[in-house]
Amino acid sequence: MTATAESPAVGEVKAMQVTLRILRTNPEGTADHKPGESYWQEFQVEAHATDRVLDALHKIKWEQDGSLAFRRSCAHGVCGSDAMRINARNRLACKTLLKDLNPAKPIIVEPIKGLPVEKDLIVDMEPFFASYREIMPFLVTTGNAPARERLQSPEDRQRFDDTTKCILCAACTTSCPVFWTDGQYFGPQAIVGAHRFIFDSRDEGQWDRLEILNDKAGVWKCRTAFNCTEACPRGIEVTKAISEVKKVLTTGEI
Amino acid sequence: MTHHEYDVVIVGAGGAGMRAALESSQRARTAVLTKLYPTRSHTGAAQGGMAAALANVEDDSAEWHVFDTIKGGDYLVDQDAAEILCHEAIDAVLDLEKMGLPFNRTPDGKVDQRRFGGHTRNHGEAAVRRACYSADRTGHMILQTLYQQCIKQEVEFFNEYYVLDLILDQDPQAAAPGEEVAVAGVVALELSTGDIHTFRAKSVVFATGGAGKVFKTTSNAHTLTGDGMGIALNAGLPLEDMEFFQFHPTGLAGLGILLSEAARGEGGILRNSEGERFMERYAPTIKDLAPRDMVARAMANEVREGRGAGPHKDYVLLDLTHLEPAHIDEKLPDITEFARTYLGVEPYTEPVPVYPTAHYAMGGIPTTVRGEVLRNNTDTVKGLYAAGECACVSVHGANRLGTNSLLDINVFGRRAGIAAAEYAAGLDEAPVLRDDAAARVEAVVTRLLATVGGTGTERVADVRKALQETMDRNVQVFRDATSLEEAQRVVAELKERFKDVAIHDRGRRFNTDLLEAVELGFLLEIAEVVVAGALAREESRGGHYREDFPTRDDENFMHHTMAYATEDGVRLDTKPVVVTKYQPMERKY
Repeated sequence: MTATAESPAVGEVKAMQVTLRILRTNPEGTADHKPGESYWQEFQVEAHATDRVLDALHKIKWEQDGSLAFRRSCAHGVCGSDAMRINARNRLACKTLLKDLNPAKPIIVEPIKGLPVEKDLIVDMEPFFASYREIMPFLVTTGNAPARERLQSPEDRQRFDDTTKCILCAACTTSCPVFWTDGQYFGPQAIVGAHRFIFDSRDEGQWDRLEILNDKAGVWKCRTAFNCTEACPRGIEVTKAISEVKKVLTTGEI
Repeated sequence: MTHHEYDVVIVGAGGAGMRAALESSQRARTAVLTKLYPTRSHTGAAQGGMAAALANVEDDSAEWHVFDTIKGGDYLVDQDAAEILCHEAIDAVLDLEKMGLPFNRTPDGKVDQRRFGGHTRNHGEAAVRRACYSADRTGHMILQTLYQQCIKQEVEFFNEYYVLDLILDQDPQAAAPGEEVAVAGVVALELSTGDIHTFRAKSVVFATGGAGKVFKTTSNAHTLTGDGMGIALNAGLPLEDMEFFQFHPTGLAGLGILLSEAARGEGGILRNSEGERFMERYAPTIKDLAPRDMVARAMANEVREGRGAGPHKDYVLLDLTHLEPAHIDEKLPDITEFARTYLGVEPYTEPVPVYPTAHYAMGGIPTTVRGEVLRNNTDTVKGLYAAGECACVSVHGANRLGTNSLLDINVFGRRAGIAAAEYAAGLDEAPVLRDDAAARVEAVVTRLLATVGGTGTERVADVRKALQETMDRNVQVFRDATSLEEAQRVVAELKERFKDVAIHDRGRRFNTDLLEAVELGFLLEIAEVVVAGALAREESRGGHYREDFPTRDDENFMHHTMAYATEDGVRLDTKPVVVTKYQPMERKY
């Protein structure tokens, strides 16, 4: 006889009916909708309270409507593919459990806001990555590289730990009211990306980076709405990181 | 259809692909094609560390690392490759540090190191601190750092371009031994438009990752569908040692989400329903830090002998409750959050339900130590390279040690990138891409789109689920002829059902329905090869354990498996193992 791995269930969870109300867009149009026209569609699926919203979306795609389009990969909150707006809050579909959402009511799923919708829950990520690229998101050093590793104390390493956790999912940037309305603003993620290097004791590019952030499209656009901190699926204190960058620009001291 | 020309085309933008790109793009005009955005790659899900005998915290040597890798791989490792892996490991870590990777640090500011399964001092005396790490998100840091360096170097990415075909200048199986076969390019589907693109290139590097989605319970991402391996197989190239699939001991029970071996490296203990530290019985010297194949088997054995925990007695427990919460927060923040989020378990105070989860393909596209792809035991395909999980060098043999895969992608990704660029530099022109180069891909896309609203009665999801369930049931930690023959029968049946699959999305743009159908085709082919290899290997070695042949048989099976796809099914051949210093010994820990 062979051992099996038949999904051991940890505790029994009863199945229930859940309704998902999804904002859909088909760039090529459907029988009832013009190309690019957005419309709401409801689906009922049988699910468990411990299922992820991603599981429910997969059930729809795999059992009811194969044309439903969304991005996903790792399914446990580390790759950053499936940021979407769920019940009016930006979250990762794979990190949001149905039991945390009141499944008695329809679950509202929309694409993240402020980036062009390509199809259903898929948005064009290029403007987002372009902002990231602009803030020089790489270690800048001068002089000859040492033979061994650059030394860094545990305290200095800890100084920028929070912002190293970023997975570039765009949940923060696309929750920002300034980003929604201001076509120029980098958005919180780019500032998080810059923070990770500005406060790295090994980096020597911080003043170039700060100059970019001091620009009119940079940190001063932030109105500390805290949406970004609330949206971050990695628990990064985004608003705090932005304030720290602002403080450096004001005081001239890192 | 759009046509592109590059010196080097790299397929895949995880750790191996981007490490290759950093080398290649300095030397040659390089394009990186990736099915995902680079930062979505599954390298980012790797947790515990990257092995290198830096000896920053205690005495260590690259030679001990070589021995551990060979013994961990149950002597199926090519020892020349293991020597390269372990000796180049030190520079690989230092290179990443210089690129900016935020490693955890020792009090004196060096890269910190911790214990990991199978890594020992002086040939097995005791566990050694060899894993360089960044909390339990080392893979995330590697992926981000490599991506950041690619931005700095202005590497040219084609994001969400799904490569579906590899073009060679002739059929590698029809070519005579010794005859030159060369790469000409690849064909890709641009997901956002549905357009087909041809890329002519002097060199092509495959770095497409694993195939864990042949199983149901897996740590792998949804996107890990063995694309590169399947493309190679379809192009007439062999796959090596595919029967060796690693089951990581500590997947979250029922979900398969990975909980790093670092949990045990930091002092975590596996217990059965009686609270017993059962690994003491299976590996008396290094206990919970035995190699993964042994720990996974021990866990499965505890469960089937009735000592499993939980209402169905179908998992064991990972106990971290004796560790200081502050220590857990500092060293294992992500995995403990997974336990809280997905199982509602608080690791500070409760043990975490765990069970083995399909994790890593030791096998793959056979390569030399320069990353050159082999078309048989001795001939390479000119200009074609592979690195990372999709490749088989073979540094992992029958069982990979934890932290050796993040090392593998860096060492052999780098080597493949250099070799690809150097080969391209020495070549005036790539072989001509014939006008009909994209014909096979066009045929696949056209055929699948034509199934919308047609007579096909099968759903992609149903066939995939049946495949994953049969693989979980029959090609697991424990296997035997009966279970493998059952798997073989079901996979053959599913290949027939696959012909009758219908998709539902008629569009060209972001047709992820079509994408999943193509991926399923690769999964079925990979599964067929895995099962064929497992059935033929009538011995137990590393991750491949046959209950009907429970011992290692060096006389008859101390060789690699080479599997070829033919019209009559899988054809198996063998390839000798490279032995330099270490003769096979009994594997005890």
